[in-house]
Amino acid sequence: MESMKLERNKRVKKLAIWTWTWVATMAIATFGPEFIWDNHPFLTPFAIVVNLANGVLMILANRDLFNHFDELERKIHLEAMGITLGLAVVVGLTFSLLDQKDIIPFDAEIGYLVMFIGITYMIALVINRKRYL
Amino acid sequence: MKNRIRELRVVKNMTQEDLAEIIGVSRQTINAIEKEKFDPSLPTAFKLSKLFELSIEEIFHYEE
Repeated sequence: MESMKLERNKRVKKLAIWTWTWVATMAIATFGPEFIWDNHPFLTPFAIVVNLANGVLMILANRDLFNHFDELERKIHLEAMGITLGLAVVVGLTFSLLDQKDIIPFDAEIGYLVMFIGITYMIALVINRKRYL
Repeated sequence: MKNRIRELRVVKNMTQEDLAEIIGVSRQTINAIEKEKFDPSLPTAFKLSKLFELSIEEIFHYEE
């Protein structure tokens, strides 16, 4: 059990590192062109590619962690992912439609959807953990 | 699904942690199985069957 916990911690740390570097490279790619390298024609696409590669590595680290889960943890996470995916599609398209028809006074930015996905996933996880644990 | 995991574990004088380690799942999973909140996978059921030296039907009882 100790070795399982150590392996779990190792994978969680790996995911945390890739997540934080992904956030950092996203910030650099977003603000760099304006504040650091003055819209350099090479550096901007380079920063975006680095961020994309970092994102792929973050997904692989998440997959590694998921593969270490036991059957109940997988069930809890898969159900949370399922409800999150469904709600993201339905609420995301409704949000976009509200924007297109000018029913909401602001643009339907992708950032809102990402926040919605994160919050929904966390709530679904809490509910599922209460159900099974 | 009803099961006799808690009863069989106590007879073997094992904690949930001990059983979890042998079966290769988390303690929370053993707890959820014992509370009948979660039905284990077939490989886990076979591992439990082998450990307790009983058939799966003697450990788990399906009720509609």
